[in-house]
Amino acid sequence: MPLGDAGVIVRVGDSLGEVLEAARKLEAARLSEAAEIVPAFASVVIFLRAPVPLQEIEDEIRDALRKPLRKHASNRLRVIEVPVSYDPEFGLDLEIVGKHCGLSPNEIARFHSARQYEVRCVGFAPGFAYLGGLPRALATPRRSSPRTKVAAGSVAIGGSQTGIYPLASPGGWNIIGRTPLRLFDPARNPAAMLRTGDRVRFLAIDRAQFEQWER
Amino acid sequence: MGEIEILRAGPLTTVQDLGRPNFRREGISPGGALDSHAARIANLLVGNCDDAAVLEIIYGPFRACISDERIIAWCGATLGEKEFSPGRPIRISANEELNFAAPARGCRRWLAISGGIDSPLVLGSRATDLRGGFGGLDGRAVRDGDRLPLGESVELAHFSESRASWSAPNEWSQTAPAHPVLRVVAGSEWNAFTRAARAALAEETYLVHADSDRMGARLTGTLLPRKKKTEMISEAVAPGTIQVPDGAQPILLLGDCQTLGGYPKIAHVITVDLPVAAQLRPNDRVRFQIVSLESARELFLSRENDLERFRAGLQLRMP
Repeated sequence: MPLGDAGVIVRVGDSLGEVLEAARKLEAARLSEAAEIVPAFASVVIFLRAPVPLQEIEDEIRDALRKPLRKHASNRLRVIEVPVSYDPEFGLDLEIVGKHCGLSPNEIARFHSARQYEVRCVGFAPGFAYLGGLPRALATPRRSSPRTKVAAGSVAIGGSQTGIYPLASPGGWNIIGRTPLRLFDPARNPAAMLRTGDRVRFLAIDRAQFEQWER
Repeated sequence: MGEIEILRAGPLTTVQDLGRPNFRREGISPGGALDSHAARIANLLVGNCDDAAVLEIIYGPFRACISDERIIAWCGATLGEKEFSPGRPIRISANEELNFAAPARGCRRWLAISGGIDSPLVLGSRATDLRGGFGGLDGRAVRDGDRLPLGESVELAHFSESRASWSAPNEWSQTAPAHPVLRVVAGSEWNAFTRAARAALAEETYLVHADSDRMGARLTGTLLPRKKKTEMISEAVAPGTIQVPDGAQPILLLGDCQTLGGYPKIAHVITVDLPVAAQLRPNDRVRFQIVSLESARELFLSRENDLERFRAGLQLRMP
């Protein structure tokens, strides 16, 4: 399905496994005029350097998706540890989440840091990773009025997902803590620390450790 | 090394080049000059590479002066009063003041200076990413009193008179039409919209809302409802995508748009018409014309062809 004359959308099932498999196959195929392959939750978009006849590129895509992936294709799992302070000074919405879920701030921190999450996709803002795998007990709807400014490093819950705001930006998710890690740094390449498919584990730290880390 | 001093920055002047088209996986918008074609033409006219950094000037008045002798050229919105002609290389002397009044039509102009603006490369580009706060001049719009370093200019001795008489075709240098029409191809959710909505997009006039910026232009007009409300899963979008949120008023995405969008896509402005989209200003009236994907491709290829011919013509005039 075309994305205007800029690219082609390939829709797959709403699962990380299916998205990654399609993205890897399409990368491996070296499609003509492909500039970038961009995975999302249930799709992969192939952006083109120049428009190509739809029939041709769709045939190429079909062939690419049919070919089995070679085993050693780069699918080594990366697990990234993200330290988080769930201090109430950072976790501005701990109370809202607590009320909604019937949990104490300590329980929220414990539940949130007990899981391993998967990066479902990166987007919305530079380096923003949507993490899947939030315990159902923590799911909290977005704030009815978004904040105009959320601090960089804020760890938040939006519906059934969790994520980290890499840069100070507006945002409507419920903030439960903050990480001292720089998740996005344009001076690095790659600038975004998290990639689609990475696994993330939150490591609860206290205020003193947070400050130490920042230094 | 020369520099340009900004005397009056205007509302939102930024350093731009061809942007960062291939960092969407990291959530970085392609950005760059909203009319990359105009920026390329202006660059070629002054002897720069296509991707040299230029100034994107919105409205005006804009005033600046350059510390040494250079060649400049600009393309974009319609000429204001008492200005340098667009689409034509002009030799300016050291400390001569450059003056741009508010354009009569359109809103953006791209000013190329021989040697280019030498701001640091960030992720392969000098473009300002306003949302990410990086690139260009510390990731922000330029302000009065800012000084921007310039790269090494082509030998001015090589700037022959025959080259000075060479200019870009009018439709490349003056890109704001009196009655903007954007050609579109159907979007992925085209069929999810009612017949009336599809007809409205093709026939009605839409008004550009004041709440529009480099991320996108909000449009108001006949509502564009869908047959039934269904939840969309966010996926990659592109400059030119026309999304329709639940309010049923369309949003036309521009170069600084988010990499992902979660609203139904009724249509996409074709690449060769993004220059017209870049000139829309609040209260402008815009119409859409539906074309086939194949004609979008042909128009793109023929424009690229023309650009290559233009480049070759310019090179012939270089000693």
